[in-house]
Amino acid sequence: MGKTLFDKVWDAHVVDSITNGPQILYIDKHLIHEVTSPQAFNELKARNIPVLRPDQIVATADHNTPTQNQHLPVKDELSRKQLAQLSENCKANNITLYELGHKYNGIVHVMAPELGITQPGMTMVCGDSHTSTHGAFGAIAFGIGTSQVAQVFASQCLLLTKPKSLRVTVNGKLKNGVLPKDVILYIISKLGTNSGTGYFCEYAGDVFENMSMEGRMTVCNMSIEMGARGGMIAPDETTYDYIKGREFAPKGSEFDKKVAYWKTLATDKDAQFDKEYVFDAEDIEPMITYGTNPGMGIKISESIPQETDASFKKSLDYMNFQSGESLINKPINYVFIGSCTNSRIEDFRVAASYIKGKQKADNVTAWLVPGSKQVEAQIIDEGLKTIFDAAGFELRQPGCSACLAMNDDKIPQGEYCVSTSNRNFEGRQGQGARTILASPLVAAATAVAGKIIDVTKAIETLEAV
Amino acid sequence: MEKFTTLTSTAIPLDIANVDTDQIIPARFLKATDKKGFGNNVFRDWRFNEDQSKNSTFILNDPKYSGSILVAGDNFGCGSSREHAAWALVGYGFKVIVSSFFADIFKGNALNNGLLPIQVSEQFLAELMSIIKKHPGTQISVNLEMQTIGIEGAISETFEIDPYKKTCLINGYDDIDYLLSKTELIKAFEVQKTY
Ligand code: SF4
Repeated sequence: MGKTLFDKVWDAHVVDSITNGPQILYIDKHLIHEVTSPQAFNELKARNIPVLRPDQIVATADHNTPTQNQHLPVKDELSRKQLAQLSENCKANNITLYELGHKYNGIVHVMAPELGITQPGMTMVCGDSHTSTHGAFGAIAFGIGTSQVAQVFASQCLLLTKPKSLRVTVNGKLKNGVLPKDVILYIISKLGTNSGTGYFCEYAGDVFENMSMEGRMTVCNMSIEMGARGGMIAPDETTYDYIKGREFAPKGSEFDKKVAYWKTLATDKDAQFDKEYVFDAEDIEPMITYGTNPGMGIKISESIPQETDASFKKSLDYMNFQSGESLINKPINYVFIGSCTNSRIEDFRVAASYIKGKQKADNVTAWLVPGSKQVEAQIIDEGLKTIFDAAGFELRQPGCSACLAMNDDKIPQGEYCVSTSNRNFEGRQGQGARTILASPLVAAATAVAGKIIDVTKAIETLEAV
Repeated sequence: MEKFTTLTSTAIPLDIANVDTDQIIPARFLKATDKKGFGNNVFRDWRFNEDQSKNSTFILNDPKYSGSILVAGDNFGCGSSREHAAWALVGYGFKVIVSSFFADIFKGNALNNGLLPIQVSEQFLAELMSIIKKHPGTQISVNLEMQTIGIEGAISETFEIDPYKKTCLINGYDDIDYLLSKTELIKAFEVQKTY
């Protein structure tokens, strides 16, 4: 029987198998950040264990960083201490760190692919559940807890039981205005938030084949939102073209050799998956969430469904929405375009193409937060900042920002925020904040209208986005 | 890591599905650089009102209920990889979490901190939940060796656990000890790897 993409990468990394137990999986790249690494460093120190392979670790500061005045000392004392701790730990252990202000600094899942650190066929981990993002390159990439961060520090390996395999296929042509974010929100709304638990997911079909790397990263990013540990897309010419020439990409003949290997990774025709789902691209429309988990999504033109269970009701109470109501024309005061789901250059290009020549509504506070310093520079170079400035949007400095509201970028109690991030949990964007997940296009349209609008109608007159 | 063999305790019924890690420990409490003190902030925004007074309607604040077992709704621990969620539950005094479904990363994090996640059938969960709600003093017994959970003379169920993880919990070992014992093998792999 043939092998899946996942099987091929996994099997190549198994160091040993414990009878009746997990396997030892070798980890090629370990990404770390300030929030989930300090206790792991402490653990090693307390047990007098050295970091085994510091050159396979890359660190960035992202979760806790301010998005304004990054050249000044961080105001919040606890955040400042946490950032200082990361710098100290990296220095003491010879780990490369792109700290605040560095030209390569950014959200870990934006900066690593951008630097060519992420490559097909790799195993990659990070103490962050959205590590699944890197699966867009055909890597096995997944989030781990801090105890596991310590394990990788100590041994460059993890003890893991091989997950089951799941394939989601979407074929056909996406309608105008339907973005990768809508594709993944649609999939999660159909499959629910725990359908992927225990599985690693492969996305297949011409929709993903025709998607840019940025789009593929958006899709794989949210695999965790359906419970899957990770998502993967087979590497192809789009992947190789993206990697070629980047800072840490293999160069010259080494690159050609790698490509030859990467080409062998795609799932064999006769490979079997434990679970399969197939969707039709034509059925997907711009999506929006109405509840407090990412599975609670509808097409923007639809109404909130009728359900009676207690958790559903609790969720609608929190959002102050009613069953059966449409979200169109709901006034919205906050819009956030950012996070490791949608803060790449393509996301800002889409937003700018909609915003160009329009004005932000007066009632809206709109934060545009690039995923990295490189994206920020690109926004300026491509003239997008001029468009945003003219329309009254605020371009901030890179970081996780209002995605998890650890820094000052919090949505106030009771306010709605149309957000391009990945989680709409209670309080995720600030205590009592109400999050509505959407694509950068829907977010931009909301900011301009000051309320949710049916973007499919609004873009009929626009050129393809 | 603390050893775990058996436990008999009363339980707290948290009858909510999809409890995510942002509820267990909100992000604003993740700025610490050690593992201490997270228990004070477990379920922070459910336990406390905006003015920092106790929310008397939340189950953890109901004096009828106490104990080191948390019985929760389906799909417990979804969301982020923050191990702080496990530290917060352990810090508050929980030793066992019962649910009909656990998110992957949370489950691993719990096991790495001596907190036992017990996955039971939906029916068992519903019965357990209703018995505890009616009789808050009910004692629930967990036996890791036998892989059983139940109420004497009433209901009982066996649960699954990875045999390796079971051994680790019973002996209080962690994965680092095991992996370090394999360093030579790992180094040999690095030399021979085929990709
Ligand atoms: S942007 Fe949000 S989801 Fe992504 S790494 Fe940062 S906090 Fe996590």
